[in-house]
Amino acid sequence: MLRGLSLDSLMPYFGVVLLIIGGSFFFPQVLSADYLTQQLQIAAFLGFLATGATVVILLGHIDLSVPWILTGAAILSTALVGTGNPFLSAIAVPAALVFGALIGIVNGIGVAILRIPSMVWTLAVNSMLLGLAVLNTGGFNPKGEASALMKTMASGDILGLPVSFLIWIALCIVLAWFLTRTPFGRYLRSIGFNEKATFLSGVSTPSVVFAAFAIAGMCSALGGVMLAGYANQAYQSMGDPFLLPTIAAVVIGGTSILGGRGGLFGTIGGALFITLLTSILSVMQIEDAWRNIIFGTIILVMLLFQTLRKGDTA
Amino acid sequence: MLDYLKSNRREMIAALVLIVLLAVYLGTHPRGASTYVMTIWANQCLILGLAACAQFFAVVVRGIDLSVGAVMALSNCVASYLLDGSAFGIAIGMVAVVVVGALCGLINGLVVVYGRIQPIVATLATASIFVGIALLLRPTPGGAVNYDLADAMTLDVLGIPTAMVIAGVAVIGFWLPFRRTGLGLGLYALGSSEQAAFQSGINTKFIRLAAFTLAGLFGGLAGLFYSFVTTTGDAGIAASFTLNSIAAVVLGGVLLRGGVGSLIGALAGAFILKTIAALMFFSGIPSLAQPLFEGLILAAAIAIGGADVLRARNKLEAFS
Repeated sequence: MLRGLSLDSLMPYFGVVLLIIGGSFFFPQVLSADYLTQQLQIAAFLGFLATGATVVILLGHIDLSVPWILTGAAILSTALVGTGNPFLSAIAVPAALVFGALIGIVNGIGVAILRIPSMVWTLAVNSMLLGLAVLNTGGFNPKGEASALMKTMASGDILGLPVSFLIWIALCIVLAWFLTRTPFGRYLRSIGFNEKATFLSGVSTPSVVFAAFAIAGMCSALGGVMLAGYANQAYQSMGDPFLLPTIAAVVIGGTSILGGRGGLFGTIGGALFITLLTSILSVMQIEDAWRNIIFGTIILVMLLFQTLRKGDTA
Repeated sequence: MLDYLKSNRREMIAALVLIVLLAVYLGTHPRGASTYVMTIWANQCLILGLAACAQFFAVVVRGIDLSVGAVMALSNCVASYLLDGSAFGIAIGMVAVVVVGALCGLINGLVVVYGRIQPIVATLATASIFVGIALLLRPTPGGAVNYDLADAMTLDVLGIPTAMVIAGVAVIGFWLPFRRTGLGLGLYALGSSEQAAFQSGINTKFIRLAAFTLAGLFGGLAGLFYSFVTTTGDAGIAASFTLNSIAAVVLGGVLLRGGVGSLIGALAGAFILKTIAALMFFSGIPSLAQPLFEGLILAAAIAIGGADVLRARNKLEAFS
């Protein structure tokens, strides 16, 4: 766990504090409890995706199928609830999670067995899912609604803290335990460092890859279920705007895109930072163009800070 | 001859697939193989083709450029301001558009080389900046491109689509000579093994900078040609081109781990991808099922490209 607390992973938390202080000069309401808890709630949506992405990135791979796993899970769960059948409504969330895990395994097959670079294979899986969704819904917004459970997961609160945030943190704690305390976690990182050496040490590397992608798929699916609960519907390409912020959240949190190095603690900070940055930029009513420029610049500056601090050894 | 075929196996397979696909396309097209049909096809292909060339230069040095689409959007928006008016002004404008692209590439290169940020993340961030600038220029699609020039670039020369002529010039006029230069060889050396390249005295920083600048330059060319086809500036075109350019280079036999592939392969990959999409349109498959089939074909093509794993003599060889 200590390894997770490197300076890199603390960076986004400093960023969050700076953003809150800076934002409060322009808008005092940034400091209100209402605003901050709302940010925690929204950060959780990005957070689920980033948590799953962290697992895959630690492995040294990348999952570009996040957007349509998310959308597919949202469509599936709302459609099941929309049937009105109590049994089907009850299994909406588990079904979405199984869907995410299955797609994750499809990703794993391409990456581990066919040895296709994850970047293109998950991209292809993404476009197949898109095709399935279009075929299934006829290109219109899918019918259906969110169940009470999904709404509570997305918008409820316990003792003033959003349920979505609590679930996210609980998930992170469980996963962090898996990543640091079990053989699976160690294999995951060692594959990220050197897959060949890990294989030669007798580890069944494909099964680790399968598990990692399945976890990531379930996280994306959970994000989709939450978003569907939040919006009370699923809609086409609801996941597309999340892909790049997800990757950005993971790297800002100090996880190396090359794999092996990093952890979930930083990712939590990264997701909080990006959500807050997006929110403050939109509260300030900055036009879209400048929002893009500022967003890109800040991410670049944070990354430069990470690498240049290390001097020539990086 | 046989050796030549063997050493260019990947390009040959891609070219063969392309020829078959094109034959099927022209065969099934209701209007048959006319110049008109060919021009429309070639224009669509060349836009992605140039984007794939951009991606190729980043990939061959073991990088990736997620800002290809953004560079296209930016240069497209710049073009929508500069490509109208006097002939001289337009000529300067065209150069300026490509220079804008190359500058974007140079910025990517500087961030990657001197900032030591992984290309995938660095270009992710710069892409956001480039799209932002493009949006500043064109908050909504608009602007104009000189119609005579646009026609000249997107119709045909003596029955051959101009886009094919441009692709031919890019390969014969630029790529084949370029590959034999020190820089061209350096790209492959750096992509194959950075350490070996460095120890042979190659200036790896310069090569990588040049590779990303070339990527930007081709991104600018892609944006320029896109402007000729659409004759407007639109800042919202980034996302689809970036991802498709990656799929295109992989289809064209360029390895994402660097050092393998060629510009010809990248072009062929892009043409294949676009021909598949065009085929779908006339294939009689219900329109709602088309995106699924496109995805399936893309996945199958990539999986076949990955069939190299079957040639591995032992399990260990597959890890590389």
